[in-house]
Amino acid sequence: MTKVTMTVNGRKVSGECEDRTLLVNFIRENLGLTGTHVGCDTTQCGACVIHMDGRSVKSCTILAVQASGSEITTIEGISSGDTLHPVQAAFKENHGLQCGFCTPGMVMTAVDMIRRHGGQLDEQTVRQELEGNICRCTGYHNIVKSILSAADEMGGAKQAAE
Amino acid sequence: MYETNYHRASSVEDAARLMGEAGEGKYLAGGMTLIATMKQRLAAPSDLIDLRHIGAMKGITVNGRDVTIGAGTSHYDVASSDALKAVCPALCSLASHIGDPHVRHMGTIGGSVANDDPAADYPSAVLALNMTVKTNKREIAADDFFVGMFETALEDGEIIVSFSFEAPDKAAYQKFPNPASRYAMAGVFVAKKGADVRVAVTGAGSNGVFRHQGMEAALKAAWAPDALAAVSVDAGMMMADIHANSDYRANLVKVMAKRAVASAG
Repeated sequence: MTKVTMTVNGRKVSGECEDRTLLVNFIRENLGLTGTHVGCDTTQCGACVIHMDGRSVKSCTILAVQASGSEITTIEGISSGDTLHPVQAAFKENHGLQCGFCTPGMVMTAVDMIRRHGGQLDEQTVRQELEGNICRCTGYHNIVKSILSAADEMGGAKQAAE
Repeated sequence: MYETNYHRASSVEDAARLMGEAGEGKYLAGGMTLIATMKQRLAAPSDLIDLRHIGAMKGITVNGRDVTIGAGTSHYDVASSDALKAVCPALCSLASHIGDPHVRHMGTIGGSVANDDPAADYPSAVLALNMTVKTNKREIAADDFFVGMFETALEDGEIIVSFSFEAPDKAAYQKFPNPASRYAMAGVFVAKKGADVRVAVTGAGSNGVFRHQGMEAALKAAWAPDALAAVSVDAGMMMADIHANSDYRANLVKVMAKRAVASAG
């Protein structure tokens, strides 16, 4: 067993795990943060997307030991108390989910996407950027709508602050 | 996944030393192929030597037309480098179409080239841009580097440190992605520098990435998509699987090459 230490959602955590333990299992089982899901387990569906050192990654294809020392953000870490993150609020407002299984990965993907594109997104870019996330319910339409709406909201907020 | 022992290397020398002490060790770059393969129990290294934290292996340097890319540079960093985009946008475009955004944040050019998957995108760029592959032991010319499917000139324990090349006058990469896996079923990288033209084909050949001399000669004579009309692509050297037979792939190679030349302008 190896001791793994990382900062998760702003809190320093550590735990013992095997070197072969996947980061997603460490997050779910050792830390009890079950918002990050395992869908396909083959790097395709994106239900396990989290942020590691500020970039979106698939936590089912990274070992927990690889992430030792890093800053991790999961779906549990993006709201401010009871106030939803603008992307979460947009998914709620636009009915961007049905069963909800893919949603944590979709939301974490959207937050990263909006960060990289600086709030300047169009429909085609959003659809291309969703290459690594699979939804079997919505047909993606309302997910795309949610992300565009959140991007507008966040871009607008940014302008207002400047 | 079978049990394994993880080691984090602090430098290239440290990584080579750790590999020397390991039983059946493997270097771990971004892990986007290796971890997935280990989960399927198709690979079972006793030790993993993680190269991701070696700062000296990361980054892109552009000096005039001379480009050096650290082997540990992620696909995302290659795709979004303004300095590289200014001299060789084709390579940025290639990197921006590998896998998906999350995979591009982890996967590296060195990992992709060392693995030499016959359907990987980067090997075609290494060959067409005539890159020099620098390892911890020597420099290897692109033409000597690729040996066959998943097989390169790298010796046991040898680590790719960086890639360097002189930016071409014109270049482009076009691929036909498998609709499900998104791996290239045929990908063609064309590059023109002065009178020299290099055409490298990935995803299609039954012996991995290769240069197509016929297309190179035709494009040297005339740099235009139509110049490829009379060139024949030998179906005998193409892969065949449930997605495409060898005739289909041979045709795809030609179509992708024409599109690449058209897009290079």
